[in-house]
Amino acid sequence: MKDKVIKLLLRALAWGVLALVAGVVLRVVGGVVAKQPTTFVQQMLNGLQLGFMYAMIAVGYTLVYGVVKLINFAYGDIFMVGAFVSFFGITQYGFSFVPALLLATVACIFLAVIIDRVAYKPLRQAPRIAALITALGMSIFLEYFTALKFVFSADYIAFERPFELVTWEVGGVTFTNIQLIVAGVSILYFLGVQYIVGRTKIGKAMRASAFDKNTARLMGIDVNAVIGATFALTGALAGTAAMLYATAYPQIFTFMGLQPGLKAFVAAVIGGIGSIPGAFVGSLIMGFTEAMTVGFVPYGSTLKDGVAFILLIAMLLIRPTGIFGDPFEEIK
Amino acid sequence: MKIRSIPTWIQALIFFVVVGVLIQLAFSQGWLTEYWQQIILAGTILAISALGLNLKYGYAGLFAIGQAAFYGIGAYSSALVTKDWTSQWSGSPVGGLAGLIGIEAGFIAAVAAISVLDIGHRQRALRERLEKLISPFETSVLTATLTILVGGGILIVVGGGVGWLVRKAVLAAGPTLFGALPAAFSQQLIFFIALIAGAVLAALVGFVVGLPLLNLTYDYLCIATLGFGIISYVFFNNADKLIPTMKGARGMVAIPRLTTWPWVLGAFAVALIVMRNFIYSSTGRAILAVRDDLTAADTMGINSYQYKVLAYTVGCAYAGLAGGLYAHLYAFLHPTNFTWLKSIDPFVMVVFGGVGSMTGTTMGAYVFVTLLEGLRVLPAELIDWRYVIYPVILLFVMLFRPQGIMGTNELGFLKRPKAAPGESEMEAEPAETTASAADG
Repeated sequence: MKDKVIKLLLRALAWGVLALVAGVVLRVVGGVVAKQPTTFVQQMLNGLQLGFMYAMIAVGYTLVYGVVKLINFAYGDIFMVGAFVSFFGITQYGFSFVPALLLATVACIFLAVIIDRVAYKPLRQAPRIAALITALGMSIFLEYFTALKFVFSADYIAFERPFELVTWEVGGVTFTNIQLIVAGVSILYFLGVQYIVGRTKIGKAMRASAFDKNTARLMGIDVNAVIGATFALTGALAGTAAMLYATAYPQIFTFMGLQPGLKAFVAAVIGGIGSIPGAFVGSLIMGFTEAMTVGFVPYGSTLKDGVAFILLIAMLLIRPTGIFGDPFEEIK
Repeated sequence: MKIRSIPTWIQALIFFVVVGVLIQLAFSQGWLTEYWQQIILAGTILAISALGLNLKYGYAGLFAIGQAAFYGIGAYSSALVTKDWTSQWSGSPVGGLAGLIGIEAGFIAAVAAISVLDIGHRQRALRERLEKLISPFETSVLTATLTILVGGGILIVVGGGVGWLVRKAVLAAGPTLFGALPAAFSQQLIFFIALIAGAVLAALVGFVVGLPLLNLTYDYLCIATLGFGIISYVFFNNADKLIPTMKGARGMVAIPRLTTWPWVLGAFAVALIVMRNFIYSSTGRAILAVRDDLTAADTMGINSYQYKVLAYTVGCAYAGLAGGLYAHLYAFLHPTNFTWLKSIDPFVMVVFGGVGSMTGTTMGAYVFVTLLEGLRVLPAELIDWRYVIYPVILLFVMLFRPQGIMGTNELGFLKRPKAAPGESEMEAEPAETTASAADG
């Protein structure tokens, strides 16, 4: 009897504390939102646009991590090269939107596969730390090499949009056609990657290689070819995402891949690295948080990078395997 | 007479005196241009920071990228102290010193109180009792609330109290104490205290950051520490909203130029000798054991987590010390000097010179700075190639000699002392598998 009373009291206390915290958070957030409802919706749209863009990059990170167990630090720079290639397509050859998109995609596929062959493949049997350092080195190399004068130059270049920006206003909230294109392409890619990894033969080979490379090899899977295919898939994602990113935020420079790359990786960790839906959801959360920080926190635009990483550290402390990750998987 | 039969402390003394006097002569006689003097100073300072990273990564096997954040903490905090002494930005010449020492004393007092009161064990005991009654989630909520309340209370009451007292004491006694000394001497004394306080602050921040993060491994630790690096960069950029003198993104200016060769050499000598003795002590052997095989070390009764935190904290202190010297060398601090890309620099030095080798790390620092600065003599259009060349070097080192140029070998007085007769011969054999050990 006495035990039951204590138990009930403790449970009431726990839920009471939770309710109190939730109430305070809701009160503060609600108060801010109620004051500027249109800003909130507008920032939510901006956040979604950013989130969809991060999602494509994050899926690339998560695929490579899932199969090779490597943080492909150079991925953000592959993305940057994609933006520059589409820029050259548009300005030099007068490409319209779709050809420029395809050009960037194909260029990034080649670059991703070449990087894998040159830098990562020789280190497949080496300690993981060696591959990680190589990836970092590759990233710095791409950034500074493309910043040379005869490559892309270190300048900030204005990106010419291949189509007109159309905006609609609904109840004080502005939509753009870019937002629709970004969301559409991103969701298409997500479904495509899900299909390839889940339903096709090469996807099955990827999953087998991710699970156990040696056994996969014994089963007759050419693991190196599978890894190459994975890198090609991530290259396609990076190229398309880069073209869309440059269209949405029309300024390109050789270090542009750094921040989106890092944040997309963080988003993939938050969603649960190795999980494709996780990367998608994590990216949307990331984009949303960033837009809200810009919209509602004082000095938000300078603080947003910090907030994104505070989110990461909080997630790593509470649930290191991420939202969709298997919490019982040993973290290695 | 063989060199190895001379006691190591005499070897070290001779080495530092000879090198110190020679370079001092070269500076004062004008054998070296101003430019090369800066390279020697910068190289030695970077070597201190790289030694700290070598302790984290080379000896303890922690793949943590974030040395630049601690470098920045040491630089900014010590610069605030000495700048206050020369320009009185806080209204009192020792305001910055009092504030910094107050924060540190308060924090140390709070940590001491938490460990004396045994909060950690009590929390775990409470958890076990509660879990028998209610669900794990409800237990977590209750214990977390209680921990925040109790921990926060101790931090505010004990930490705040002690910090306030110490700050008041320094503010009251400082001007008279330092005023009684000759002006030139008190300036140097303030610089000395500022360097120490900067290193201590970096160590404390490293301790706080390390406590939760060091449970993570490899990629997760790498990304989390990288995240901390970016958070501190954002902090430095916005620091003027907290302390206007730090000037945020505009860059902190007019820091007194106090860093001279004797200071740099002294700091380096202390850093090197402390590191040598630390790593060859029983604590150092425990750290190496944790790196080589975590499970085996735990089985032998080594508290691996504790040693990881220790190595991480000491490594951060080294970065803070180097940061303090850096701030007073160039008299100008800007947040872009402490971005996460700058955290890669000491990493390159360690990896290039030798993972887990003090000689190698020091050599790596000098090679790095000389390459980076020396390549400036190239024609202007080739200068941009510097940062293209060094990742390529990194790639080749990784491909062909992943343990670095020196491996784990040491030279001269940095060599592992021979086991005394009767002691086990086992420990005279340094681990050969540094690179693969980090992989586990």
